[in-house]
Amino acid sequence: MSRLETTLRAARDAGGKLLVPYVTGGITADWTDHLLAYQEAGADAIEVGLPFSDPMLDGVTIQQASDRALEQRVTPDRILSDLAAVRDRVRVPLVAMTYANLVVRLGYTEFCRRLADAGVSGLIVPDVPLDELGGLDDAAAAAGVDLVLLVAPSTTPERLDDICARSRGFIYAVSVMGTTGERADLAATATALAASVTARTDRPVLIGFGVSTAAHAVAAAATADGVVVASALMRRVLDGATPEEVAVDLAAIRAGLDTVATGTSTGSTAGRVEQHGYARAARA
Amino acid sequence: MRELLVAVGRPEVSSSVMREPADLGRFGEYGGRFVPESLIPACEAVEAAFREAWADPRFRGQLDRLLTVYAGRPTPMTPAWNLSAELGITLLLKREDLAHTGSHKINNVLGQALLARRMGKTRLIAETGAGQHGVATATAAALLGMDCTVYMGAEDTERQELNVFRMKMLGAEVVAVHSGSRTLKDACNEAMRQWVARVDDTYYCVGSVMGPHPYPWMVREFQRVIGDEARTQTATELTAGVPDYVVACVGGGSNAAGTFAGFADTDARLIGVEAAGGAAMTDGAPGIVHGYRSKVLQDANGQIAEAHSISAGLDYPGIGPEHAHLGDIGRARYVTVTDDEVLDAVRRLARAEGILCALESAHAVAWVMRTAGSDELPPGATVVLTLSGRGDKDMATLMERAQ
Repeated sequence: MSRLETTLRAARDAGGKLLVPYVTGGITADWTDHLLAYQEAGADAIEVGLPFSDPMLDGVTIQQASDRALEQRVTPDRILSDLAAVRDRVRVPLVAMTYANLVVRLGYTEFCRRLADAGVSGLIVPDVPLDELGGLDDAAAAAGVDLVLLVAPSTTPERLDDICARSRGFIYAVSVMGTTGERADLAATATALAASVTARTDRPVLIGFGVSTAAHAVAAAATADGVVVASALMRRVLDGATPEEVAVDLAAIRAGLDTVATGTSTGSTAGRVEQHGYARAARA
Repeated sequence: MRELLVAVGRPEVSSSVMREPADLGRFGEYGGRFVPESLIPACEAVEAAFREAWADPRFRGQLDRLLTVYAGRPTPMTPAWNLSAELGITLLLKREDLAHTGSHKINNVLGQALLARRMGKTRLIAETGAGQHGVATATAAALLGMDCTVYMGAEDTERQELNVFRMKMLGAEVVAVHSGSRTLKDACNEAMRQWVARVDDTYYCVGSVMGPHPYPWMVREFQRVIGDEARTQTATELTAGVPDYVVACVGGGSNAAGTFAGFADTDARLIGVEAAGGAAMTDGAPGIVHGYRSKVLQDANGQIAEAHSISAGLDYPGIGPEHAHLGDIGRARYVTVTDDEVLDAVRRLARAEGILCALESAHAVAWVMRTAGSDELPPGATVVLTLSGRGDKDMATLMERAQ
């Protein structure tokens, strides 16, 4: 168990709901400011995308974010050295998200070692499913990196058992049959999936894909331990929002989650949510 | 033993080559099923359905009948009389350009469309580069009464306007893909994304021997009709029964895989011809893209590179995993030709034989023209060359180049 899982478990066991925002590495020159702003806005961990030219599981927003970063000739090494440069100020655990080819290009062992050297304690590779791990899980474990596996609404019960047993850090529950991207509503499949995963494991279970608003997060957190929020935040970044402006959106989701956290469902917390138009609209 | 055989230029004859792949679609170290968890059940369902259908004489009978009465099979084996005399070899052309829709793509598409219908799917989706696979898929969808959506890189929709219109005429929806390099590789990503979103009613009809297991294997099996027919035809056409060389162009590699499958257990030398600007076997490194592991054009960080070829159909950074394996074990050899050689080959074949072939197919022709009479292709050699498609779609490109 690396720092990622330890931290998420501790926060959950203390009654909190988990919030993991995403940023595409290298999206702007000062992209690491997003990490600090996310941290201030109440992130429990942060997912950092290492952009890939062919992001098969990503919707338009993350595709555009990846394209924009790659246009600036961003490389995994540069992103990792940027991370290493801020590791003293980023207290929350970092999770790298990328695609298989970037990992096999360096080799599993070397890739995981470089993550660990940069202070990254988790890894998500959506196009390396359970059946094709081929030692990636062992390489990650040896480097002290938690390899997070995904489950989807289409995952069979037998595979759910296997994935819950082999995933580290948390279980990433994909809310919907589809790509990443903002959606009007949280898919009904999300909570059903989260329920069947939480029944199988005591590892934290996070719902991601299409968690766009505080209301989505609140709905997701009714069954899951928390959420991953990516496209809704990256859309703001692509539109030119500053790290502080994006963090306001994240803070609204944090406030929403805090209303469902154990023992904190008080009037004052609900009042805090009201401060943000984002959350207000979502509650309407 | 293998080293020795390669050294003397004779392939190792093994009946285990080009059979069913090992675990999860492995051809040596290549292949596999590198897809998001969401798509695992869909891939498993396609594999199960294909295994069952392929063993079912009724399915095979349906497909054979469609290939005969609809697609126009068997396609002829035409001796290239004039060119053979000029080059000092015996050149036989396997005429996939005469198949319905103008290329070998129809063989695979009819197989997959029948399979999709058998699985209860009502909608086909496909990626396309030059548009030949898209046209074939739209054709099969029209015939079988299915909906059809084709994803095509925005740049390709501009380059191949005529094929876009053909697909629309056939009732298909064509979606231009604006992400990434806006070409075939991006169309593949988009088809995969759309499949995830509508997996219940939708079947992804992959156009080449690529993608996650079982596609590389299944598409080769649907295309092996080329090689099986050619084998029968050479048995009567050639004194030796089996040609010395079997040559085909390779992008993803489906016409080559189908052709090679008919001769894998003979001592014919198998030659795959890539575009110099899209030569995954020659210039690529092992990698994972579009759900499979193979040789892939990429940069030092693992970003997939764009291929650049005059033929949109070969403008693809990967290659079917079985080809990567056949190359590694020395059973097939992969070579490249340049755009200029290809343009020459189109013209020379047209003038010599009255056959205007596709730019893709002309890669195979160009290699034969370049090497005939050399040690690579000695005088008197017998050659079967698969002419994968006809050149009508390329007239605009040829006209541009002629100016």
